[in-house]
Amino acid sequence: MIFLTGFELCGCLNSVIAQEAATDSIAVNQTVRIQAVRDQAVRSLLSNKCFACHGPDEDARESGLRLDTRDGAIDSAIDLADPEASEILARIKSDDPDVVMPPPKHGTALTDAQHELLLGWIKDGAPYARHWSYVKPTKSAVPNVTDAKDANVIDQFVGAKLLGSNLKPAQMAKRATLIRRLALDLTGLPPTLEELKKFTQDNSDDAYEKVVDQYLARPAYGERWAAMWLDLARYADSAGYADDRKRTIWAYRDYVIQAFNENKSFEQFTIEQIAGDLIPQPSRIQKVATAFHRNTLTNSEGGTSDQEFHSAAVVDRVNTTMAVWMGTTIACAQCHTHKYDPITQKEYFQLYDFFNQTADYDRPNESPVLEIYADDVIEKRRVLTAKIEAKKLEFNSQPDKESVAKWFEQLKAEHGDSETTSVQGKFVRVELPGKGKILSLAEVKVFSNVDGVQTNVALAGTATQSSTGFGGPPEFAIDDNTDGDMQKKSTTHTNSETNPWWEVDLGSSHTIESISIWQRSDNGLHRRSDGFKVSILDKDRKVVFGQAFKKALPTEQVVSIQPVPSSILSLLKQDDPLDEQQNKEIVAHYQSLVGLRIAGELAELESSLDKLKPATTVPVLKALAEDQQRTTKIQIRGSYLITGEAVSAATPEVLHPLVMLNLGKAEGVKTERVETDPDKTESEETLPNKTQQSKTAKPNRMDLARWLVDKNNPLTARVVVNRYWEQIFGIGIVGTSEEFGAQGELPSHPKLLDWLAADLMEHDWDTRRLLKQIVMSKTYRQSSVATADSLELDPNNRLLSRGARVRLTAEMIRDQALAISGLLSAKMYGPPVQPPQPKVGLKPAFSGQTTDWTDSVGEDRYRRGIYTEWRRSSPYPSMSTFDVNSREVCELRRSSTNTPLQALVTLNDPVYIEAAQGLARRILIEAKDKTSKEKATFGLQLCLVRKPTSLEVERVVRLFDETYKHFENDKVAAKELAVDPLNPPEKDADIVELAAWTTVANVLFNLDEMLMKP
Amino acid sequence: MNLYNKNIQFQTRRHFLKKCPVGLGGIYLASQIAGGAGVAIGSGVDDVAKQAKTDSQKSGSQQPNSHFPAKAKNVIYIHLAGSPPTLDLFDYKPELVKRSGEDCPDEFLAGRRFAFTSGKPKLLGTPREFKQHGESGVWMSDALNHLPEVADEMCVIRSMHTDQFNHAPAQLFLLTGSPRQGRPSFGSWVTYGLGSENANLPGFVVLNSGGTNPSAGKNAWGNGFLPSVFQGVQCRSKGAPVLYVNNPNGMSRKLRRQTLDAINELNAMQAKTFGSPETQTRIAQYELAYRMQVSVPEVMNINDETKETIEMYGAQPGEASFANNCLLARRLVEKGVRFVQLFDWGWDFHGTNSSEGLKGGLTKKCGGMDRPVTAMIKDLKRRGMLDETLVIWGGEFGRTPFREGRTAKSKILGRDHYPDCYTIFMAGGGVKRGYTHGETDELGFKVVSDGVHVHDYQATVLHLLGIDHQRLTHRFQGRDYRLTDVHGHVVGDIIA
Repeated sequence: MIFLTGFELCGCLNSVIAQEAATDSIAVNQTVRIQAVRDQAVRSLLSNKCFACHGPDEDARESGLRLDTRDGAIDSAIDLADPEASEILARIKSDDPDVVMPPPKHGTALTDAQHELLLGWIKDGAPYARHWSYVKPTKSAVPNVTDAKDANVIDQFVGAKLLGSNLKPAQMAKRATLIRRLALDLTGLPPTLEELKKFTQDNSDDAYEKVVDQYLARPAYGERWAAMWLDLARYADSAGYADDRKRTIWAYRDYVIQAFNENKSFEQFTIEQIAGDLIPQPSRIQKVATAFHRNTLTNSEGGTSDQEFHSAAVVDRVNTTMAVWMGTTIACAQCHTHKYDPITQKEYFQLYDFFNQTADYDRPNESPVLEIYADDVIEKRRVLTAKIEAKKLEFNSQPDKESVAKWFEQLKAEHGDSETTSVQGKFVRVELPGKGKILSLAEVKVFSNVDGVQTNVALAGTATQSSTGFGGPPEFAIDDNTDGDMQKKSTTHTNSETNPWWEVDLGSSHTIESISIWQRSDNGLHRRSDGFKVSILDKDRKVVFGQAFKKALPTEQVVSIQPVPSSILSLLKQDDPLDEQQNKEIVAHYQSLVGLRIAGELAELESSLDKLKPATTVPVLKALAEDQQRTTKIQIRGSYLITGEAVSAATPEVLHPLVMLNLGKAEGVKTERVETDPDKTESEETLPNKTQQSKTAKPNRMDLARWLVDKNNPLTARVVVNRYWEQIFGIGIVGTSEEFGAQGELPSHPKLLDWLAADLMEHDWDTRRLLKQIVMSKTYRQSSVATADSLELDPNNRLLSRGARVRLTAEMIRDQALAISGLLSAKMYGPPVQPPQPKVGLKPAFSGQTTDWTDSVGEDRYRRGIYTEWRRSSPYPSMSTFDVNSREVCELRRSSTNTPLQALVTLNDPVYIEAAQGLARRILIEAKDKTSKEKATFGLQLCLVRKPTSLEVERVVRLFDETYKHFENDKVAAKELAVDPLNPPEKDADIVELAAWTTVANVLFNLDEMLMKP
Repeated sequence: MNLYNKNIQFQTRRHFLKKCPVGLGGIYLASQIAGGAGVAIGSGVDDVAKQAKTDSQKSGSQQPNSHFPAKAKNVIYIHLAGSPPTLDLFDYKPELVKRSGEDCPDEFLAGRRFAFTSGKPKLLGTPREFKQHGESGVWMSDALNHLPEVADEMCVIRSMHTDQFNHAPAQLFLLTGSPRQGRPSFGSWVTYGLGSENANLPGFVVLNSGGTNPSAGKNAWGNGFLPSVFQGVQCRSKGAPVLYVNNPNGMSRKLRRQTLDAINELNAMQAKTFGSPETQTRIAQYELAYRMQVSVPEVMNINDETKETIEMYGAQPGEASFANNCLLARRLVEKGVRFVQLFDWGWDFHGTNSSEGLKGGLTKKCGGMDRPVTAMIKDLKRRGMLDETLVIWGGEFGRTPFREGRTAKSKILGRDHYPDCYTIFMAGGGVKRGYTHGETDELGFKVVSDGVHVHDYQATVLHLLGIDHQRLTHRFQGRDYRLTDVHGHVVGDIIA
């Protein structure tokens, strides 16, 4: 009866009104209150029956009639002077299929009751109620229906509603039930027997509250609640679409877990995820948070248009943001003005514009990504980076006169009377210092005077290089062919690497007079070799000559070999003081020599830096600079190819206004400045302060983020409260937690929802406080035992006349089995793990890399479900059977089914068999030397966390006896069941007994009670 | 839905299990169903289902059992993932052969984007020989050696067209009505509407061959926003036929029975304490799972077929192959499975290697396809099942009448993806026999008459099953969704 979906609404409206009237004991003006409910009902009725053709969408509007506004309706359809003569009523009543509304093919006719409802409403002047969820929630006076001292606000509102039914709240659940319910709700794990004992023996008044606080403070709390958020964030470890490549983004998952465990306010949590990169000097963590919107799909299949799939990603960001924060399905407005809610297509693309201004663009490498380093590596990188900066400075600085003079004197002493311009060498080496370099040479000729003839002695030598790639072996540079076109197969080629080199061994020492070098020259690629270095080494590999070249030439580049260039040599011999021009020459030569040394040192430093790899990477949002902003155009019928008018970021008019703040003075945004943040430099380079502050008239993502958690926002707080409520009670106060708009259900307890929403905002969006409010209520603590009466009058428990008995989530079912078996690993965070799953022998299309599921070993095999690798094209099958979504798009509400395929999972999946084996061993170790009855009791207690009944114990003992007998006669089977896949048990273990207890454990894990919250 | 819950509560377990032939689709119960709308319940011969149906009608939701008499009861849907070159199989274009090698006219290229072709490609006439077959004279090429035998059973649609030209979105568009993930698949909609007829088997079974899943992945048989019970259940002819169907090592069937008895009895004790109707459902589901442990391996084991049948299909017991899947499809339909979806990988004839070439490659790929498909049609017919079983054969889009850009200079002939026209065929299940529908222009670029858009095709298949595509809806996020989105017209011409 409390289902107020549009469909059912009118049928039960009268009773609702009656109920509201009867129960709302403190209503100031009951008539007004009843009318308010009636007016919302009329709005829903019109929305369902009429708005598709007579609503906000101009293009779809028939006969120019608009019924979603009062002006539109009283213009022709409604006659206020003579209500009964209203055209709208005549049309509803008509028998003529051409006249009746709605037309038969669009919908079913209205009932008499609905007709009456409309008539009454018109008689009252057709007051158009603003849709309830667009009105800002306020705290109404709390009813006073119970004076129990442990009753809180929730109990007063719920109690007020219950008064109108013939039901009374159920009695308080037993402590054993309470602690299991609480532990599962707050931490996703069952309580231990020690926790149970402590709680049942605690006689203090606040025994329950102590347990609540204890669970709320556990690290497991973050893991359990992050699971809820990851559905909304559509978090997955792969990129989706046909090839579904692996994506490294788990740092975001860890961010969410941490955020819950730190109890970050929902406001802060929102701002960081939507616009963390726009917080002034964002911390690393705040940047990681923006990966929320990098969980969109990326398509790398051949031939796909980046523009198309970037557009699809932006569309998803709009839809997800509006759905997750505001419970508003806005997707319709992508193609046409919304038919039910007053949101136009233009407004849709104004929202689109907010998300259209980030650097990501459906690239296979997911750029831009943030590199995350371990703390010790951060320090090493800082030191190295500083050294590199210093070296660069040295490289570019002018030499001081004194050093030059000193060097010049030394040179004079060494070479003052030298005449020779040649050196003795056995090796000629070409190097290209730097990161990510490719060395590609067409030819290297080394000239020596052999018997009076200038000869290229390299031709007789042996060539080597740092690596060979793209079909360019080192000998191609000594094949006497100077053609620099790579296609001609006469050009060497290394891989892209740090400091590539090429070298020729001349076989013996030669007097080298000159060297000529030809680079690869097609497509202007000689430029790749800018900065190359040539050196000659003697037979002991001592460098006897070296020269660096800033620019590489596309043609022959002659390197004349002189220890001292002839121009300098002549200066050495000059007695007159050097003139200005000559001084410059000296300085230039000095610099080229110093530069050569520094370039070598720099290359070495950079290569060390290169070796310090990040611990992980994470795709992030990065705002485009102001001059790179994209133009957003309305996409006609949602097609990115057909565009209309250009639009600029704004929020829908029907909702609260967007207020632009100067960020620097904004309150509430914590800037978690980390002084040693290695990314600071990067972020300051790419995110000039200009773009962070909305100085221009155009609002940005930060403004949008603040708009989402603006206290004038009528929706966000309600949506958040409703979501927590749904997690705890199985269904929200608004049953359609994904839809708060005109087409959603009306809330079952509207005043309670509003009170809690207003309260959440008053208390700085403290969601842990909200959760505590809920679980501290007597409503939550009711027994879930359903009486015939409560099933009859409150079949779906929408009145909350009993405790909620709902199925555990996929993650909880897995984690619970592992926890009870003693196998669960407490390890938190890090890369996703691959617990065993069946090999099915099929791979996703267009992807070689997705067949690589290798069952994790060691503790990673037993991690909590939240750490299981989430592949969109093939979600972990056992969890998928328990209703997890593939997370291609955000999942606002998981369904909760009960199917035979689920039975097969918990009965036969090796993961659950292994857990059963673990539990059997626990029973045999922890209840050693006890009777079967005591062992059975212990096993039941471990699982159900309550004292089992004697009937239950007897039944389990009987199963054990039967099974024991069975395995005594089949020890091979016993061994298989007891040992595979868990490790062999201790040597003296009784395999038959172990197998029998494994069977019992398998049964225990499959009990209905185990799969449900008690 | 509430009446349904209660009804279950009042039935004893034995009574419930005996009386409820609605299969997986029927006997499940969701704790919360989207939007409070009713849930479709399987074919309503049972009180439970009838009541549930009334209930859902009362609540205003539009869940049919069937809207009008059905022509077909079951569907076997053979999807050739990658999309076969139907210009080289069914749609004969002599003019294209004549002009083969000429530059493709600009009018067909202007403003278009192709997956792997840019610039000006050359027209490509088919290298295959074409002939008319059967009394009805259906055109087929020499790549097909067996299908001509059943030409007079076939209803060939040469005027299919789609909006998508990449594999994954095109498959999703065809199979879910939307090019993006998240909508329920064809088989999910059908079982949601009609339920299954076998209480021991899933209503929607998926069989894959060719070693690779279709590009659209699991979404191609996903339940989208429908309850997960309507998801396609992937079965295999090699290894465990359904995930986790086998008992663990060391647990015999007898022992499994003993454990189930214990589970059920302990659950019954708990049900007494908690009074939750869901516990009764759980007991029923465990019993069904237990029966499936036998029924699924049984139906998936083709060893009990005659030698003649196995040979006719070219099947090999114990192996995974397309031929096995065709035979399995017949067996599943025979047992009352509503929708059997086959995916065969390897039909993306770009010409990038010899197995994707229009000459030898196509001959080879068709060799493994048309024999089992032909055998299946004949087998269904001789068992009197063809009338009630709709067989569908087709890819996700067409292929260009010109050579693919990357392989234009290769010896191997190939064609690029093309959405504007392609051919599929159907047989049995109420479609015209020996009938060819629709026409493309002389070069095979455009549909010139009787075009069938993907949404029209979906509407027509639902119609054959007795479902009005406009009335098979599910409320999600505040609006009613359907397979055909807001489009689709039933193609009356192909219905017998």
